[in-house]
Amino acid sequence: MTLVKTTYNRRSFLKSSLAAGGGLMIGFSWLASACSVNTPKELTIPDEWFEINAYLKIGENGVVTIFSPNPEIGQNVKTSMPMIVAEELDVDWKNVLVEQAPLDTVKYTRQLAGGSDSIRTTWSALRMAGATARTMLREAAAKAWNVSVEEVTSETGVLMHEGSGKKAGYGEFASVAAQVAVPEKVDLKELDDFSIVGTSRKNVDGMGIVTGKPLFGLDYKVDGMLYAMLIHPPAFGMKLKSFDPDEVKSMPGIKDVFTLKTFNDDYKRQWSDTISFNEQVVIIGNSTWEVWNAKLMLNVEWELSAESKISMAGWGNDYEVNVPAGLESTFGHIAKMKEMAKKPGEIVRRDGNPEEEFKNAARVIERTYTAPFLAHSPMEPMNFFADVKADSAVVVGPIQSPEYMGKSVAERLGLPLDKVEVQMTRMGGGFGRRLYGHFGVEAAVISQKMKAPVKLIYTREDEMTAGIYRPMYHAVYRAALDTDNNLTAFHVKMGGIPENALHANRFPAGALDNYLAESWETDSNISVGAMRAPGSNFNAAAEQSFLDELAEEMGVDPIQFRLDLLKRAQENPVGENNDYDASRYAGVLEMVREKSGWNQAAEGKSRGVAAYFCHRSYAAQVVDLVMENGEPKVEKVYNAIDCGIVVNPDAAVNMVEGSVVDGIGTAMYGELTFSEGQPDQNNFDGYRLIRYTEAPKKIDVHFVENNIHPTGLGEPPYPPVMAALANAMYKATGTRYYHQPFIKNSFD
Amino acid sequence: MAVFNLNVNGKTHQVDVDPSTPVLWVLRDHLNLLGTKYGCGVAQCGACTIHLDGKAVRSCITFVDSVGDKQITTIEGLSEDGDHLVQQAWLEQDVAQCGYCQSGQIMSAAALLNENPHPSDEEIETAMNGNICRCGTYLRIKEAIKTASKV
Ligand code: FES
Ligand code: FES
Repeated sequence: MTLVKTTYNRRSFLKSSLAAGGGLMIGFSWLASACSVNTPKELTIPDEWFEINAYLKIGENGVVTIFSPNPEIGQNVKTSMPMIVAEELDVDWKNVLVEQAPLDTVKYTRQLAGGSDSIRTTWSALRMAGATARTMLREAAAKAWNVSVEEVTSETGVLMHEGSGKKAGYGEFASVAAQVAVPEKVDLKELDDFSIVGTSRKNVDGMGIVTGKPLFGLDYKVDGMLYAMLIHPPAFGMKLKSFDPDEVKSMPGIKDVFTLKTFNDDYKRQWSDTISFNEQVVIIGNSTWEVWNAKLMLNVEWELSAESKISMAGWGNDYEVNVPAGLESTFGHIAKMKEMAKKPGEIVRRDGNPEEEFKNAARVIERTYTAPFLAHSPMEPMNFFADVKADSAVVVGPIQSPEYMGKSVAERLGLPLDKVEVQMTRMGGGFGRRLYGHFGVEAAVISQKMKAPVKLIYTREDEMTAGIYRPMYHAVYRAALDTDNNLTAFHVKMGGIPENALHANRFPAGALDNYLAESWETDSNISVGAMRAPGSNFNAAAEQSFLDELAEEMGVDPIQFRLDLLKRAQENPVGENNDYDASRYAGVLEMVREKSGWNQAAEGKSRGVAAYFCHRSYAAQVVDLVMENGEPKVEKVYNAIDCGIVVNPDAAVNMVEGSVVDGIGTAMYGELTFSEGQPDQNNFDGYRLIRYTEAPKKIDVHFVENNIHPTGLGEPPYPPVMAALANAMYKATGTRYYHQPFIKNSFD
Repeated sequence: MAVFNLNVNGKTHQVDVDPSTPVLWVLRDHLNLLGTKYGCGVAQCGACTIHLDGKAVRSCITFVDSVGDKQITTIEGLSEDGDHLVQQAWLEQDVAQCGYCQSGQIMSAAALLNENPHPSDEEIETAMNGNICRCGTYLRIKEAIKTASKV
């Protein structure tokens, strides 16, 4: 045990009542049981619940409900976060029920799904919540038994006093514990004593998912709810001119047709308020299909929009985003990237004298890499529910950034923040798209106007053509070699439309005496946002392909090449701002080398390697493949991952498998192109996602075992696999793959 | 609008809807059977898969006036308690990430196993290729189908 102060997160111990009766908290739902396969039948639901703190309540029979604070997007936090609480509370996981907590920024820490940061940022708070509750239970028992609290121990839901042989279940003391003062100090378990964290536990929503329970935003319904859909301009660079509502207003089931402005003109937008078209037409009716039909019938005229500026509220300093006029096309984007790459960029990092070394080089290797715009395409299209009354509002749905959505909705409706309740449903994926919660604002404005509960639904086409894409990227890598084939200088110039991807302080920065990183950006009216491992998803693909080619040119093994550089970064790093730990980075490379049997040739297969650091975690991968008709058949992908303590190993493996499949899909097939401002793909017939026949046959996942507090996992394995794939494809074909998607791309 | 008598999960339901309404939206909006999901609306993703007389079809392009007296089975009708062997195999493999695609995946898998109780890896891949999982759970689904096929 480690004694720690409970100063951290004390706000979560603010109680809504001393002994919360069954009616006060959200009612029991059978599918929330932690052990989803069999338990519901075995668990007896308590008559009364006693709320110990914001994270948990205990029933009189010892059954525990743990509230999972963060939005669940498929990263499995709804299982892994409660596991951490249960660990420190010291209860049997079989007696745990899990419920999604609502948004409450006072009681909870960072309720956001993004940056692979859910577990890392809440780890201590979750442990503290469980440990404090356990201490309060011990104190309650100590008082009743008239012994000192130190003498009261716990073992999986049972309190004990060795001296007197007294024993009682948590449930017996729950009502008293709820009234005990929050302790000043609590014992946290030693990591070696963990019995839940570090063991595989099944998805708490598993049974609900396989039986089709209404867990998702699109499934949320209330009586009298209306359905709404939007019509947005067909192309970036266009805006609404006029429309004729009369024809469709008389169509069956249609309630209203009007213009919707998402944000007011004088509103200073927050980071999460990205939107492509602020003015849209909304159609409201009694059912999805009636509204959809009316949408197809409505005559709308569009016109070119002028250049504009959007005011953004930054952290500390406000700024403006320029939105140029014009109808952009992919060929224009490519020409622009080539032009920008020729101009000097902004120098982001410079070590030594790279310019001089390039001048003196015996050989300079220069390669260009590109990647296209991508649509996030989570399986569940954007949607949100809103029920707005005169002085309050409830919004419900799938959102990665509920706190920010709450602020935007309150601002737009003119309501105080505490009058807007945000509830999170399970999300059918997000990949970053659901960080931008304009759809919640839109639903709220529609509900306010209709004075009725409303569900706003985006069709797949709406979503794929309404922007907030992964930006388009371009990078030129250069390496200077001397006559002995030593690497003497390294230069990257990376840019993007309209945002750049460069992470200048990551490997190989820190390992090279002469290093130069430049960046550029160029305006576009196509809106962009974070997508799974933002920036990293291009950095890794490009840089790790370049390092592979460089190693080959230098005649060294690609893993050894990286390890040698990392050794330098570890022993004698260049510069101060290197944001990776060279020994952990080397650790995953060594592990993947061993696990894949890198030094023995893979019989009949071509293999490639890559590694990357992002979201504070390290991933190294080896891809084995054969080529068939110009497409790779990936036989096996070996993964070595260092993300600190792994909370729920099998779920973590699932996450890595998914990232690998996604990464291969992105690199091979993902591409959104534009003609005259209009996206050329609007659904999965044009926009290709990876399917069964293209997925790897086998994915091996190995985690580095250590006691480092957990870091991100939802994103880190995604970026490097793209390069490992490209490097393996090169081995098979003799062709390097510089431009994504590899299957065919607009750049070649 | 027209009245249709639909046989869904063994019960007859009457709905009064436009004849061009896809069964997907009849199930979701009118019958409150929300397990059948909308992913693309154009038969590309399989999220909306149901059984029509035991065969897997995409409910997003199956119009209500084409159903007649055929038996519709949705994920809710696959079993009483989630004890269909495909559902059980899904739990055993802990397949889901976000879970949104999974009812469609399960319906496709159940139809496949009806026709071919012991499919090979390749047969699984081909039969399931119309179901997208954006989270990339393909390997687990294949494992789950193999688990179910061994029972
Ligand atoms: S919604 Fe029917 S196949 Fe995608
Ligand atoms: S589990 Fe998310 S789409 Fe399949």
